[in-house]
Amino acid sequence: MPDLGLEVLWKGRNFIRLLEGLWTALRISLVSALISILAGILLGVLAGRKRSVFRFILRGWLAVIHIMPQMVLLFLMYFGTSRAFGWNLSGEASAIIVFSLWGTAEMGDLVRGAVGSVPVIQRESAEALGLKPPQVYLMIILPQAVRRLIPQAINLVTRMIKTTSLVTLIGVVEILKVAQQIIEANRRASPNAAFGVYLTVFVMYYLACRPLTLMSKQLEKHWR
Amino acid sequence: MPEAVLKISHLTKRFDDQTVLDDLSLEVREGETVVIVGPSGCGKSTLLRCVNALEDIQGGEIRIRGEEIRHDGKNLPEMRRKVGMVFQNYELFPHLTVIENILLAPVKAQKRRREEVRAEAMELLERVGLKEKADSLPRQLSGGQKQRVAIVRALCVHPDILLFDEVTAALDPEMVREVLDVIIGLAERGKTMLIVTHEMSFARAVADRIILLSDCRILEESSPEEFFTAPKTEQAKKFLQSFEFRRSR
Repeated sequence: MPDLGLEVLWKGRNFIRLLEGLWTALRISLVSALISILAGILLGVLAGRKRSVFRFILRGWLAVIHIMPQMVLLFLMYFGTSRAFGWNLSGEASAIIVFSLWGTAEMGDLVRGAVGSVPVIQRESAEALGLKPPQVYLMIILPQAVRRLIPQAINLVTRMIKTTSLVTLIGVVEILKVAQQIIEANRRASPNAAFGVYLTVFVMYYLACRPLTLMSKQLEKHWR
Repeated sequence: MPEAVLKISHLTKRFDDQTVLDDLSLEVREGETVVIVGPSGCGKSTLLRCVNALEDIQGGEIRIRGEEIRHDGKNLPEMRRKVGMVFQNYELFPHLTVIENILLAPVKAQKRRREEVRAEAMELLERVGLKEKADSLPRQLSGGQKQRVAIVRALCVHPDILLFDEVTAALDPEMVREVLDVIIGLAERGKTMLIVTHEMSFARAVADRIILLSDCRILEESSPEEFFTAPKTEQAKKFLQSFEFRRSR
């Protein structure tokens, strides 16, 4: 059995620190996901209406988000705004803003697509029964749209959790940064620590994301 | 003579510049079953969709018990409750159980008491042989079962008139009868109905009056006996012949 340097984890508070780092990553992604889901639903519903200006706003916003690497947005928000506008955003706040901008655009597009994918005749069937337009929307269209939306929305949240590994570059000490610090500090005593620590990080990411994908599968099966 | 439940006067419907219905007038009286037949694409379904204002119209008017129903009219949801519609592909709501599908409009739109509607719904479900399916989801039902649920759902709103839009066209042949029997039962109990169908023997059995729709207008209007044994127009003869098969030997 090669030395994987796992013993480093049990030195001092190392393992706890990794967990704290994981919590920072999760906090950023979950707060961003919550904002994205709420704002995205609003944006998607508005953009789904006929002849809506929000459709153009969403399209332009998506185009920018799709071609712009998240890292550039992070740098722009964290370094750029402090000089240009004198904003003194913390790394974590910058990260949440950038992730929310990204997530809202994607979520908005998912919602718009899901609402649009409910057949027109389902709406007509509800209207023919004499339901009022808001009732048709809330009781017939949205519940069906949400079912189509859940797998993709959860996919977006897991991608957000993974992408938090970038925020170390704007000075946020999240799980990956903690891992690097631990490896650096033990370079002499445990030169093999890199493998064991990164493996631990990998497992932690997996354990954080797995419940989400399981939940998605369960819901899909339940609703089919 | 009983009053007209549905009165269509000089209805004109166009899609862009294509005329689908041209100056069409028609009355359905209380307790009457009127069947519309005609070649596909002649506007039968569009006519039904106009009656519950799923389509806007370009001319004429449609009245339900004297009150006008319009696509852009006020009280549209209220007016639509006077018109029950059963669609070709059932259009049950897939995320709701059978009983929830049925109760939705009476409870949410008509504000009737849930227990009262539920009792009525269960009785109707029993009559169509689906009482034990009340808590099933639509996807667990066969096509014929779904269509019977759709009929119960339309009935529970207590419409003045029921519209059937080729309700067996999407069904496997062995399920057609179970649905048509339900509709014949409704005719026997004096429901006012306007039915579009391609099932000629059903049309003959259920109809008080048959209407042949072709080229955007009513070509022939007669009793089923007359229509099937002595059609007045050349088009009606041709149309009826299209259902007969003969092999020359």
